[in-house]
Formats: sequence, structure tokens, C-alpha cells
Amino acid sequence: MVEQPGSAVSAESQPWPLWEVFVRSSRGLSHVHAGSLHAPDASMALRNARDLYTRRNEGVSVWVCPADAISSSDPDSKGAFFESPQGKDYRHATYYTKSEGVKHL
Amino acid sequence: MSGESATRITPGNALRPEDIVLAVQQPEHKPSPDIAEYALRLGDDGLILAQRLGWWISRAPELEEDVALGNIALDQLGHARSFLSYAAAAFQRADGSAQTEDDLAYWRGEEEFRCVQLVEQPNGDFARTIARQLVISVYQFELYQRLQNSSDPTLAAIAAKAVKEVDYHRDHASQWVLRLALGTAESRRRMIDGLKLTWPYLEELFDQDELFDRLGDAAVEPSSLRENFDAFISALLAEAELEVPELPRASGGGRRGEHSEHLGYLLAEMQVLARQHPGASW
Repeated sequence: MVEQPGSAVSAESQPWPLWEVFVRSSRGLSHVHAGSLHAPDASMALRNARDLYTRRNEGVSVWVCPADAISSSDPDSKGAFFESPQGKDYRHATYYTKSEGVKHL
Repeated sequence: MSGESATRITPGNALRPEDIVLAVQQPEHKPSPDIAEYALRLGDDGLILAQRLGWWISRAPELEEDVALGNIALDQLGHARSFLSYAAAAFQRADGSAQTEDDLAYWRGEEEFRCVQLVEQPNGDFARTIARQLVISVYQFELYQRLQNSSDPTLAAIAAKAVKEVDYHRDHASQWVLRLALGTAESRRRMIDGLKLTWPYLEELFDQDELFDRLGDAAVEPSSLRENFDAFISALLAEAELEVPELPRASGGGRRGEHSEHLGYLLAEMQVLARQHPGASW
């Protein structure tokens, strides 16, 4: 058979699933969303994440998860979902007066 | 780095080619002709492999794989720059000044290259490239692992930096061998073909010659790498449910400047810009 360079890409091949990448930087406490990538499975997704998002010393830890495993809030219902807490000072501890005799709170 | 080039050549430091260029100006860091010949061999392996792998950018099965192979190519180019910068200090230009890594990369002819024939073989399809990556990365990992203890401090420092990168190359190739071999019937067929096309060039990696007698513990005898190499390969191929191919070896001789017909074309492409526009920069 004559070899076709690059012929690993065939017309009927399915694109790899999408993964979301979270990187914890050397100075950060929590993992932060860095972006997304395609990979055939979780362990290749981690390796691709290392290549795409941590090559310039950005990270000390990487998480990946399938993009379709993330449930997200509906951008259209922003008004109701993220209603302003203005005028609801009672949601903050400072709204309340502390009882007599309590020294440290 | 304020003039501490001499002390930067220790295995703990992330050595850069620029550090080597500074260091070799001092006579005690200049390589002997034998060390330079050895550095040339290792540098040419990296340089030619990097040139081959760079072809994949924009042609790999997915964008992510373009980046992975491109990163591996850049790692190899980095090793090559260090080895060739070091080797170059032993060679002189016509005007008596020391040569540079660029003199070695762009102005040598085919028969002056010292790479093994494995790295100059065509990319073929993705599986063939992965088969070649498996062999060279397992080999380089074992080699650099031991070269860290070289009695030559510059070689030891280059190896100490390179071994971590090559460890990842080995992992990348292993992951793909498993996926291609255990994937579809078509991917498995391609993986088997890729290994068959690669295997004749494997023996040359372990050829010894008299250079190693002269270098002593500055170099790593290729034959000493064979046991670990075989153990890793046979364990991986067993996991991938593949046979270790048994095929007659190709002629070899890359270390003596005897190359396969592919190197000339590769060099023509790699060197054309530097030769048509000498001294060009951007």
C-alpha cells in the first residue's frame, strides 16, 4: 500500500469530545478555568492540557472534565437568578447589632 | 545571568545554549575533539528529529496533537542547540574564529551529519511517526538518564535538563501506541505497519565504535542501554497486545556519515534559507 502522509485523518472520523481545563497556578489556592480542548479520553485530555495550558510555568495542578458534564446557569434568566442583593442588608452579618457583653465577634 | 557562566554548568541548573556559548570561551570548558564528536552525534539526532516532527504542525489528526508534536519538536531542537553549541567550540571557521551552532546546522553537508538513520526516516502516517517516537524516546530517556553522571560537566548538565522532557516524549508515544493498537482494526493495522517500518533502524542505536573507548565515563556506551530499552518496549508492546517485530537491520552507519536517501532532501529544505541568504536574521 502506498502511504499517504497525514492520512490518519479520514472523512468519517468523529471529532474528539470536548474537555474543560482547570489549572491551579503556583501562587493560586484554587483551580481556575483555563480553557477547553479536544481529547479522545481523560488521560490524553490531561496531557493535552499540559501542552496547551501549562508550558510556560503557569501551573502546579491540572483538572479536566468532560464539557458536557458541566451544568450551567441559563444566561437568559440572569435577572432572576442573580437578583441584586441591594436593599437586603440583613443578608450581611454587619446588619445586626451585637449583644451586650460580647467582646469579640 | 551576570558572568557566572562557569558555575551555571551544573546539573541543578536549567542550562541554556547561550550559557554554553559563554562557558566554552574559557579553555577549561572547551570540548576535546572526541567530546565534540559525541556532542555532534547527540545534537544531530535531536536536530533532524525536530525537523521531521515540525512537518506535523497543521497536519496531525487534531489541533491538540499538532501542538503536542510541535512541543516535542521544540524540546528536541533545544537539546540539539545545546549539544551543537558545545560541539561547535571545537571547530574553527576559515578565519580562525570558533564555529557556532548555526554553522553546524546549516553549513554541513549530508556526509558530515552524525545522526542515526532512524531520525531521518520519513514521517509516514501518524502511526509510523509514533512508532519512531517510541523507539527514539525510550532510547533517549535511558541515555540521558545515565549521561547525567557523565564526567564531562557540560554533557551532564544538558542531559539533566533533557531527561525530564524526554520522559514526557516517552509517555506521549506510549499512550498513542496503546490507543492505536487497541483502537479500531484500521488503527491497529497502521500501528503494526509503523513498527515494522521502524524496526530495521533500531539496531543502529546500540552500535559501538572506538570513540567510546576513548571517551570512557564521559559518554554512555550505547550497548549498556539495551537491557532497559528492551524491557520497556516489550512491556509496552505486550500491554498493547503487539508482537515485538523481528526484522533484519538496515545498513546503519549514520554515526560515520553514511545516511539513507532521505537525509539529503531533508537538509535541502532545512538549509535552503540560510544558504540563499547567508547571515539573514529576523
